[in-house]
Amino acid sequence: MIKVDVRQKAFGEEEILHDIRFAMEIGETVAILGTSGIGKSTLLRLIAGIDPAFEGRITRPEKIAMVFQEPVLLPWRSVLENLTLVHPELGTEAAHSALERIGILDKAQLFPGQLSLGQQRRLALARAFAGRPELLVLDEPYVSLDAATAEEMLALTEALIAETGPAVILVTHSQVEAHRLARRCLRLTGRPATIASDLATGSALLSRDVHHDRA
Amino acid sequence: MDCSCTLTKTLQSPALVRAFSLGLLLLLWIVAAELTADTSVLPQPWALWPSFAEAAASGALPYHLGMTLWRVVCAFVPAMAIGVALGYLMGRVPAVDQWLDPWLVVFLNLPALVLIVLCYLWIGLNETAAIIAVVLNKIPNVATILREGARALDPNLGAMAQVYRMRPLARLRHVVMPQLAPFIAAAARSGIAVIWKIVLVVEFLGRSSGIGFQIHFYFQLFDVAMVLVYALSFIGVMLLVEALILQPSERRVRRWRTA
Ligand SMILES: Nc1ncnc2c1ncn2[C@@H]1O[C@H](COP(=O)(O)OP(=O)(O)OP(=O)(O)O)[C@@H](O)[C@H]1O
Ligand SMILES: [Mg+2]
Repeated sequence: MIKVDVRQKAFGEEEILHDIRFAMEIGETVAILGTSGIGKSTLLRLIAGIDPAFEGRITRPEKIAMVFQEPVLLPWRSVLENLTLVHPELGTEAAHSALERIGILDKAQLFPGQLSLGQQRRLALARAFAGRPELLVLDEPYVSLDAATAEEMLALTEALIAETGPAVILVTHSQVEAHRLARRCLRLTGRPATIASDLATGSALLSRDVHHDRA
Repeated sequence: MDCSCTLTKTLQSPALVRAFSLGLLLLLWIVAAELTADTSVLPQPWALWPSFAEAAASGALPYHLGMTLWRVVCAFVPAMAIGVALGYLMGRVPAVDQWLDPWLVVFLNLPALVLIVLCYLWIGLNETAAIIAVVLNKIPNVATILREGARALDPNLGAMAQVYRMRPLARLRHVVMPQLAPFIAAAARSGIAVIWKIVLVVEFLGRSSGIGFQIHFYFQLFDVAMVLVYALSFIGVMLLVEALILQPSERRVRRWRTA
């Protein structure tokens, strides 16, 4: 059970988040939508426990994984070590099969800087799933990828979520991604941001929203 | 055309450039010695050979060289360890920085000589005082450099380590240290150069062994050749340390950048 109750989050005088309340079960996926600069990443940092400076309460499980807006890998350690150092309990064998899964097994000994951005993002995704988290926080994991690569990663994420079964909180700008991964969608609006709508998503909603976006 | 091309290529080899640049310095010396034309003021490089052979054969040169090296190591290790820890704390914890920054400014601006004399006066003319004087002289430098390093730590990597609950030791070794490495290397290189100069002053003022002591001795005899022999021998050793230890280790920690 994950309970988020953020009464207020401010940077200095500027209040960013106000009265954000929702709860979710392990195994549930929630998408968070909102315009750029509204406070999505800020909210995720509170949920992941990176930023403790806010008013309110968040109940979260022990094992958390996060995919950041950038890949955030250790550039001075090899691709393989980026998995094994973060997850020491993961054996070399399991790490190798995780790399094989994301299609960069042949690059295990390279440094992350020698990978393409898409490959780095896949590695960040593999790292997140390698620890079998109970809560997975994804901050726009597919941004700035070409459509085919984004689709590939989306499929990979779907498969991994199905296997691991964590609670997932996904921030995205794309309605399509939100509807594909999540059954529930929170929209942040306003200044300070609050939850404007908390909707169950479905294909009917999808077509309406896509239509709406084009209009 | 072809020839100039090979020349530029040759000049790109770092080792060759180093040798060439040192050769130029030697040439400058020869010309200067030629112009002074007085061996008691500045002898030619080759005129040092007999003095060098004598000092080496008598065992005096290796002994005093060893003593100075030993003092450099004894001062270098604690100065680096304390300086790194202090600098890291100052860079990470604003309260520590606010409290210690004035001290840092005082010690940075305190002439090495004053610290050395005070240490000798307070602790006595012994080895402990000598080492402490050098360590105290060096810590503020190391701390200042490391503070910049600690301030420049990537917050995203810190957040990553926190979310994934990396163990403190693993975090230090794989997240923090690689980011501090360039700063530690810079502090070590400038540190070792400064430390041996201070060690020499310490020896000059109050020790009965070491390069500094020997230079003091030959200074009183007005033996320029021997002063140069001792100084140059130590510079030679430091160049070796630089080439065999500092540069390779720096290359190793920088490998990921160039890969
Ligand atoms: N450390 C900080 N100090 C001050 N203000 C901040 C800080 N971090 C974020 N902000 C502000 O908080 C607001 C929300 O930022 P946030 O990064 O959460 O946006 P976002 O919704 O994730 O946007 P995007 O979709 O572009 O990533 C922005 O106006 C930003 O300027
Ligand atoms: Mg963001």
